[in-house]
Amino acid sequence: MLGEGIAKGFVETARNFFGSYFSKDRLTTVQFPEERLPQIEATRDFPFLVYDGEDWQAGMRCVACQICEKECPPKCIYIEKSKDKKPDAVGKPQFYPAVFNIDVSVCMSCQICVEVCPFEAIKMDTEFELSTDDRFGGLLWDKAELSKSNAHYRKVHPTDAAASDAILAEERAKVEAKAKSAGKVKAIPTSPATGSEVSSTQ
Amino acid sequence: MIVAILTVAGAVAAMSLRNLVHSVLALTLAFAGLAAVYLQLGAQFIGFAQVLVYVGAVAILIVFAILLTRDTSATITVISGSWISGGIVALAIFGILAWTVDHSAASQGSTSLHPAASMQQIGNALMLQFALPLEIIGVLLTVALIGAVTLAMQENKETK
Amino acid sequence: MGNAADQVFVILERWLVGHAPAELQPILSSLLSVIALLVVFASLFAITTILERKGLGRIQNRYGPNRVGPFGFLQPLADGIKSLTKEDIVPHAADKVVHFLAPVVLVVAAFSLYAVLPVGRNMVLANLDAGVLFFFAVGSVMELTIFMAGWSSQNKYSLLGAMRAIAQMISYEVPLILASVTVIMAAGSLSTVTIVEKQAGYSGILPHWFVFTPWGFAGFVLFMIAATAESNRSPFDLPEGESEIIAGYYTEYSGFKFALFFLGEYLGMFAISGLGITLFLGGWTAPLSFLTWVPSYLWFFAKLLAMIVIFIWVRGTLPRLRMDQLMNFAWRFMLPMALLDLVTAGIWHFLAHGIARWILCSLLVVVPYVLLGRGLTQGWKLEKRVYRFAE
Repeated sequence: MLGEGIAKGFVETARNFFGSYFSKDRLTTVQFPEERLPQIEATRDFPFLVYDGEDWQAGMRCVACQICEKECPPKCIYIEKSKDKKPDAVGKPQFYPAVFNIDVSVCMSCQICVEVCPFEAIKMDTEFELSTDDRFGGLLWDKAELSKSNAHYRKVHPTDAAASDAILAEERAKVEAKAKSAGKVKAIPTSPATGSEVSSTQ
Repeated sequence: MIVAILTVAGAVAAMSLRNLVHSVLALTLAFAGLAAVYLQLGAQFIGFAQVLVYVGAVAILIVFAILLTRDTSATITVISGSWISGGIVALAIFGILAWTVDHSAASQGSTSLHPAASMQQIGNALMLQFALPLEIIGVLLTVALIGAVTLAMQENKETK
Repeated sequence: MGNAADQVFVILERWLVGHAPAELQPILSSLLSVIALLVVFASLFAITTILERKGLGRIQNRYGPNRVGPFGFLQPLADGIKSLTKEDIVPHAADKVVHFLAPVVLVVAAFSLYAVLPVGRNMVLANLDAGVLFFFAVGSVMELTIFMAGWSSQNKYSLLGAMRAIAQMISYEVPLILASVTVIMAAGSLSTVTIVEKQAGYSGILPHWFVFTPWGFAGFVLFMIAATAESNRSPFDLPEGESEIIAGYYTEYSGFKFALFFLGEYLGMFAISGLGITLFLGGWTAPLSFLTWVPSYLWFFAKLLAMIVIFIWVRGTLPRLRMDQLMNFAWRFMLPMALLDLVTAGIWHFLAHGIARWILCSLLVVVPYVLLGRGLTQGWKLEKRVYRFAE
């Protein structure tokens, strides 16, 4: 009969109206500044530099190899190598970046810098509320602003951080094994013919 | 007095404005002024019927007709060459009408404040005394409607 | 008959007017009533805007505006400030006088519709003998202002929207007036006060409202559908649909003039619901005989709020009608139904009281409705539709 569908429609909207006061799945709005939607673990927004330990300058993993700078599609990374060296995440003395700037307003979150970094030094953060009123420098981040600790990395991307830590631990073990065997090899020419001393070198 | 001036001003503007749609709106003002005159004389039914029919329907009809048939941005010259003879004819007609109204029965009777015909009386008169003219007008309107629809349908068939 | 709470505004007005000299008293009395009407209906407009936005939001599974006041109820204030402070842009090629006059005339016409609505017992601004006719006359002025708005913008889309709006409004005026004529026939007068008084009796506890008769119910439904179309309200808002023709005839208006159009449209909506309440729902009378102690103006506004809620509900439910669907509905469905309703009302009046006239008139209304509905939707096959694959 004419009007039957309209009547059913009215019932449906009335049910929506009254249901929105009582059931959570009828009113799915997230009140933005007070509440946030949960983000999935693989969320990526903008890069940050990882550092181990407490001191961000001493613990920074980045060795200024400039691979990310070359691979970045919009060329938003700017690196200047330092003149001296410091030990990196696995213990080898490496250069470190004297200047590391990322223009976040240019960055397109493609994650290529993360994919190509051989040192697990640059990772993607999950922070997106970055509006600033400083038009010219507010979104140009330097080394200090970009550095965040490994603890933060573990918090935002637990599985990736665990994988990254495992890789670094493996590298460290390799380096230490090499150092041990290098120490053993070095010991043989410096103290010849004394069998007892060979076993005592560590 | 004010209403009369408004009505006449509306009519004059309707004749003399350059833009056609402006003159239609001025004509509508003249209609509204006429309705105000009716209301002042106490004829409620005809006053409101004037607004309903003229302002609500006839003015819209004229507007549609203008929009669908003429280029509304074109302006028309207002004062034509033969305005002297036109003015004389208009004055003559005005004189005849004024003389007729002046010497008719209505202006010699007393003007009463109460309406001579209330709604009930108009209704009764239409249904009882004037039933035949009402039916004839109804038939006339129906004929006009059917004629208009037929014309439109024929044009539709022709364009197909 | 008329306890103090019911007549409090009448008594207040008489007391205030009594302070003035005798020559000024009628003018002062009218002025006070006009001011009261302006204030009441303008605040009703403000309340309705926020109710509508929150109501539509809840129907659509979201909150409405909820930032401005407690639960967003100061939003009309924010909207008012915004519309007052926006730049008033007039297109360069627009016709300045007509562009300015259109919203003004619309609001004036919309406000003057309230003069004949009896808001409470003894509370009508102008007890005109031809009240209902006055209402329709002024309503038809509103159509002309829509044309003025559309044409003066010198914008093809505005003009198209205005033409469509006018076509829609004049088509739906016919069933509107015919549905009102059934009430006028039953009440025997065009005066709104008389029509309400005719509905003021009670048989048992049920009132004598016209909506509780078969022809009255059909007339009420027809009246409300035509009223929705007259105020250009969903589902008949093709001329002003936001996703259709930008904003139709008020595309080129900004700031305060746009707010005036909005005001005019909503006031027209309230006025025509007010007329529907007066004609069919008994105006200011109470729905049950033991509830007459509640003041009459409260009943009127309660019924008006119920009508507004229904308008909002309909807006949230039904999709917009296309222009040809709209016109077909008016001329091919509503007009025959209105004419049949007129005949039914006449038959009701001339039959004796009893169950026979209820049955006859109900059949006279329901059977053509079903048949016409089937006929129009199924291409004149009048059998009940059997679905080949959906059963």
